[in-house]
Amino acid sequence: MGLRILLADDEKEFVDTLAERLSLRGYAPYVVYDGISALQAATPEMPDVVVLDLFMPGLPGDEVLRRLKVLYPDLPVILLTGHEAVDDNGTCPVSQAFACLTKPLSFNVFLETLQAAAREGKECAEEGGRP
Amino acid sequence: MFATIKNYFGHLLEVPEAVSPARYRSLRRLMTVLMVAVSVTPLLLLSAISHVQYMRTLEREMESPVYALARKSQAALELYLGERVSTVSFLAHAYTFKDLAEERTLNRVFLALKSEYQGFVDMGLVNADGRQVAYVGPYKLEGADYAGKAWLRDTEIKGRYLSNAILGYRGYPHLVVAVHRLEENGVSWTLRVATDTLRIQQVVSTVGPEHDTDVFLVDTAGVLQTDSNLYGKALEKLPLSLPPASHETVVRRMTDPDGRQLMVASCTLAGTDFMLMAIKPTADAFRPWLALRTELLLVLCGGIALIVIVSNLLMQQLVNRLQASDERRVAVFAQMEHNQKLSSIGRLAAGVAHEVNNPLAVIYEKAGLAQDLLSMGKVCGDGKDKDRLLALLEGIESTVERARGITHRLLGFARRMEANRQTLHIEEVITETLGFLEREAKNRGVKFETELPPGLPELVSDRGQLQQVFLNIVGNALDALAGTDKKPGEEQRFVKISCQGQGKGLLVKVQDNGKGMSPDVLRHIFEPFYSTKKDKGTGLGMFITYGIVRRLGGEITVESTEGRGSTISITLPLTPPDVAVEV
Repeated sequence: MGLRILLADDEKEFVDTLAERLSLRGYAPYVVYDGISALQAATPEMPDVVVLDLFMPGLPGDEVLRRLKVLYPDLPVILLTGHEAVDDNGTCPVSQAFACLTKPLSFNVFLETLQAAAREGKECAEEGGRP
Repeated sequence: MFATIKNYFGHLLEVPEAVSPARYRSLRRLMTVLMVAVSVTPLLLLSAISHVQYMRTLEREMESPVYALARKSQAALELYLGERVSTVSFLAHAYTFKDLAEERTLNRVFLALKSEYQGFVDMGLVNADGRQVAYVGPYKLEGADYAGKAWLRDTEIKGRYLSNAILGYRGYPHLVVAVHRLEENGVSWTLRVATDTLRIQQVVSTVGPEHDTDVFLVDTAGVLQTDSNLYGKALEKLPLSLPPASHETVVRRMTDPDGRQLMVASCTLAGTDFMLMAIKPTADAFRPWLALRTELLLVLCGGIALIVIVSNLLMQQLVNRLQASDERRVAVFAQMEHNQKLSSIGRLAAGVAHEVNNPLAVIYEKAGLAQDLLSMGKVCGDGKDKDRLLALLEGIESTVERARGITHRLLGFARRMEANRQTLHIEEVITETLGFLEREAKNRGVKFETELPPGLPELVSDRGQLQQVFLNIVGNALDALAGTDKKPGEEQRFVKISCQGQGKGLLVKVQDNGKGMSPDVLRHIFEPFYSTKKDKGTGLGMFITYGIVRRLGGEITVESTEGRGSTISITLPLTPPDVAVEV
């Protein structure tokens, strides 16, 4: 079983294609289309990495990130945005996210970032003694 | 009529609202007219009042000497004539007809009279029948018959008689004084004495009329009794209409047949029918006033001319300033509008870029998935088709990459400042940036000139972004210089970068002597996708430069003359504003 990856994006075509490409490479992606579902999906079974789109209807990506970090401080999160790593308020939530990537993604960069995030998540879990 | 005038003035005072040369002309005309009117009206009013007042005073001043002369002459003449009549009356009473009829006595009395009083010409005794029975004098008048003559009858009725000037038998103007006596013995006789009018003239001249005043006597019929300076000798007709008889001295103004303005004082001499007239031509009297009036008029005209000129110049100055300030305001508004327009365009471009990014991402991923499927052998396909498809998909990917480059640069315009501000020296940034471009400049035969005075203040700014700004601008300058081949004798191509402190900031100027820009290019220079370099440029360089400079709290302006070169001026604050600047 490969890395479990939770993908949350309202751009269905994009996130589905991304998930298929990941599963072709042996990952185990799980796709949701809004922020609330992302929070719900993250709870029962912890994914290894979460990938969030910054702009989603309902709960936006940075809010999901904030709540996830409250629940699971060690969970690595990667943010995706159409805008250059910046949100509407001019504050960049990079500090809490593992990385911020801009769309369109360069797939290779994305894969590398995923791997790095998963590694860090594991290290944290080992150090912090994750429940 | 009134409406027409109102219309005319309404039109004159109308100032068009639109900012145009006509507006300033109207404004200037209106203000000048008002100012001249306000200044000149009191001046004219004052002059008119002074004129009237002065004329009145002058008239009074002129009246009084004529009046005084008339009074003095009147007194002197009344005294003189009264004395004549009294003397004759005295003789008539002192002697009897019998005495005087004796030639010796008459001669003696006449000689005594002549020695005491000047001006007596002859003396005659007329009996009740009107025959002159005795006579002494230079003429042969003994035996002359006066019977039925008006004067004799008058004398017999009134007792005394003073004639008008007459020539009579003597052929010489004279007055006749006659006194009638009725003796106790019933003898009725008349003593008549002729007296010379010359004497009256002398009496008048002793009163002392000025050279231009004329004093004379005139009878009720308007015949001169004495010589007049102005109107001829005694016994000639006075060409003036007589004023009404009055014992009071009255001064009035008259005009004689020659058109002379006269000041006339007149009165009737007591006990006679003579009217005394003192005349002074006013033209002479007004001569000094006329001279003064000419001078005053000149001063007035000069004053008005001065007021008009000064008002005109003043209003010109004022309106010019107004116009300049209006024009400045319009320019500022235009600049603001320009900034706003660029800001809107920038935001729109960023918004579009953002929205385009999502579909681009989908295309990219789909192409990526198709590539994955092909290369992992999940779909069938022979070698040739597979390679072809892979090449196509790669084409899609590279095209998306290109589009991504554009959208990211567009987003760069509106990108907010990140916290990488630092204290830096602008001259270092400039030198460093020029270092990147040195080789290219050399290839194109362009010389870099820098004018970076030592001791420029430090700047808090973003080094990377400043570098991008200078790269863009100097790069553009190099492109502008490389437009044509260098001809022999042409001046050295250069890019000159100068920097100086300016208030609480720095002013950097980048000047080149390249081909310059047309006003049309200049108008669009900061707009996105506006490029003069055909396929070589994206048209985003100056757009992004503008965005960066504005975000750093600065201003950027371009001046250019086609064929002569361009100068780009950037002002930067020493410390950027704390709040994020809306681009």
